[in-house]
Amino acid sequence: MAKLRQCAIYGKGGIGKSTTTQNLVAALAESGKKVMIVGCDPKADSTRLILHSKAQTTVMHLAAEAGSVEDLELEDVLSVGYGGVKCVESGGPEPGVGCAGRGVITAINFLEEEGAYDEDLDFVFYDVLGDVVCGGFAMPIRENKAQEIYIVCSGEMMAMYAANNISKGIVKYANSGGVRLAGLICNSRNTDREDELIMALAARLGTTMIHFVPRDNAVQHAEIRRMTVIEYDPKHKQADEYRALANKVVNNTNFVIPTPIEMEELEELLMEFGIMEAEDESIVGKTAAELAAG
Amino acid sequence: MSMTREQTEALISEVLEVYPEKAKKDRKKHLAANDTSLEQSKKCITSNRKSLPGVMTIRGCAYAGSKGVVWGPIKDMIHISHGPVGCGQYSRAGRRNYYVGTTGVNSFGTMNFTSDFQEKDIVFGGDKKLTKLIEEVEQLFPLHNGISVQSECPIGLIGDDIEAVSKKSAVVINKPIIPVRCEGFRGVSQSLGHHIANDAIRDWVLDKRDGQAYESTPYDVAIIGDYNIGGDAWATRVILEEMGLRVVAQWSGDGTLAEMMNTPKVKLNLLHCYRSMNYISRHMEEKYGIPYMEYNFFGPTKIIESIRKIAAFFDDSVKEKSEAVIARYQPMMDEIVAKYKPRLQGKKVMLYVGGLRPRHVIGAYEDLGMEVIGTGYEFAHNDDYDRTIKEMGDATLLYDDVTGFELEEFVKKIKPDLVGSGIKEKYIFQKMGIPLRQMHSWDYSGPYHGYDGFAIFARDMDIALSSPVWSKLTPPWKTAPASAEEKKAA
Repeated sequence: MAKLRQCAIYGKGGIGKSTTTQNLVAALAESGKKVMIVGCDPKADSTRLILHSKAQTTVMHLAAEAGSVEDLELEDVLSVGYGGVKCVESGGPEPGVGCAGRGVITAINFLEEEGAYDEDLDFVFYDVLGDVVCGGFAMPIRENKAQEIYIVCSGEMMAMYAANNISKGIVKYANSGGVRLAGLICNSRNTDREDELIMALAARLGTTMIHFVPRDNAVQHAEIRRMTVIEYDPKHKQADEYRALANKVVNNTNFVIPTPIEMEELEELLMEFGIMEAEDESIVGKTAAELAAG
Repeated sequence: MSMTREQTEALISEVLEVYPEKAKKDRKKHLAANDTSLEQSKKCITSNRKSLPGVMTIRGCAYAGSKGVVWGPIKDMIHISHGPVGCGQYSRAGRRNYYVGTTGVNSFGTMNFTSDFQEKDIVFGGDKKLTKLIEEVEQLFPLHNGISVQSECPIGLIGDDIEAVSKKSAVVINKPIIPVRCEGFRGVSQSLGHHIANDAIRDWVLDKRDGQAYESTPYDVAIIGDYNIGGDAWATRVILEEMGLRVVAQWSGDGTLAEMMNTPKVKLNLLHCYRSMNYISRHMEEKYGIPYMEYNFFGPTKIIESIRKIAAFFDDSVKEKSEAVIARYQPMMDEIVAKYKPRLQGKKVMLYVGGLRPRHVIGAYEDLGMEVIGTGYEFAHNDDYDRTIKEMGDATLLYDDVTGFELEEFVKKIKPDLVGSGIKEKYIFQKMGIPLRQMHSWDYSGPYHGYDGFAIFARDMDIALSSPVWSKLTPPWKTAPASAEEKKAA
């Protein structure tokens, strides 16, 4: 048996991390890999397509009911879905109260202590909330956790900002632990020259665009049924895209310490691709009246 | 030994020598030879700055300043330590704030109430638990008159909305509930906790009886900033009442919430601990036009000075009664001084304490013929040092937020006869052969305040200094070799 590979998926909120992760995992499972998904987001929507459920009961909610996390057993929190994929959601508070980051830390510690990462597994995927806002959401990339980080992005400006910021976070932990950037996954929004742009960004970050996932309504059709494309319509061409992504992940050996770029450099790149207009320094801080007069 | 300015400055330089450059530069600003010609202490000493890591500061935190000092002694309220269990439990009943009442029925001073945060409370927030806790408190202790919510560190980190819970639950139980944002990580010492606690009183308590009928007299005063350690506030109250004044409120030792609400009706606020309650005193001066007056009831000299200063604010009847008080106690004071002064005369003292004692007790020592040759504060600001300069002799040593190393070195070099400090220092210096009296807790004795307290103060200092134990410091095997006969006998 090959060594367990632990991967974390990061990216701007709403970019399609959970959907991409679950389709990727389904493709891996289809090819016979043993996979576990750990959802690290209080919304707990990282496993619904695998389990066909609305939202899985989470580690933290069960812990709150039982009194403390020590009162839980692994079976209580682990569900098995499509293709034998094991699913866990860390869970956390509703928006505006408590500390979601602490929930992620507690849940991951629990999984480790309870031996959730058993020897049969080939892959663990952590699906992490939008941005690395605090230490809790960096938990999956600390020492002895995820070694490979995939960033989901698109050709939109904010998605690329986020990708660059996440790379900065990886550098911090890459120097103290073994975590590496494994590539960008472009989840297409059909912007102009999107593939070229993401490839250029990947090159600046010292990595590659591992796969370009085209936009296709089949993904939404499957989601309505709480299914992955792989399961809902295995013959669809979009399913083959996820299979291709899975294959590239399996064979990926290009793990790097990223070289995040300065804001100016990123803006230059965006201007080069016509996503951002060149800044006109002469108008900064001028009111409409002043400009009209000037 | 008394030191010249040159000697004191040389000692400071010598002690600083072992520090790395950066630490030396920082600590230098906090050590000074007193200059009695100065009006402003900022010309010689810096205070209220962040302590350096690794120096073994003995400072506390904002929670300690709010829950431990200002709010904790209010006896008819229940003070909830909101957060994990340790802060409340390890600060429980530790400060000897005496009170009259039945604990667990109508007084709660020595009890610990905590929301005992668990992992799930951090993750999901503690607001529901706080609501439940308040319900239970109301059910189990129906005679309490109000609740304060003292925030521990995690409350500030997870952003628990304790204000919302307090407002809502206060309506349900129909009693005041005061949220206090005194998370321990705020500020450089307990000092910010005092300020936060004062502000909470200002915003949630002080004006609650404004406009209500109140039968006032021209002699109404409040004792502000006396926490009744070992019964100090009681010893003060006796004097004030004998002077013909009516003590309406005690803040906060043996005090109640109602007393606080009535304080805006007094004629004069008598401020004992300036550091921890100057904020609310200034506020009452601005908002209600009530002046405040600092006073000092340690030792007969300062007591007489303070009695006359307070009496001058009132009419002749108070002045006459005050002189009678002074005359009545004078023989008792003379007797104490006659008994102890010959034994204590010329003894040198070094102090290191908290809010006001590093300057307030100097006079009491001087009444016994003793001399304070070094003093310093844990968490003072420069207005405290402004008030200290004139109390201390010229060229005496001042040390702010002193480090473990510095205080030990100073004591080794200066060799005082007595050190007045706390439990963390006590056994270090006693093992060095120097008597130490705890000046935070009065070493489980007291009161030391007022006429009654001076008798106890004098006795305790004599006990500490004259104990036969100090002559037994050298073990027999380290004295002259035993003679042949002694060996034979053995």
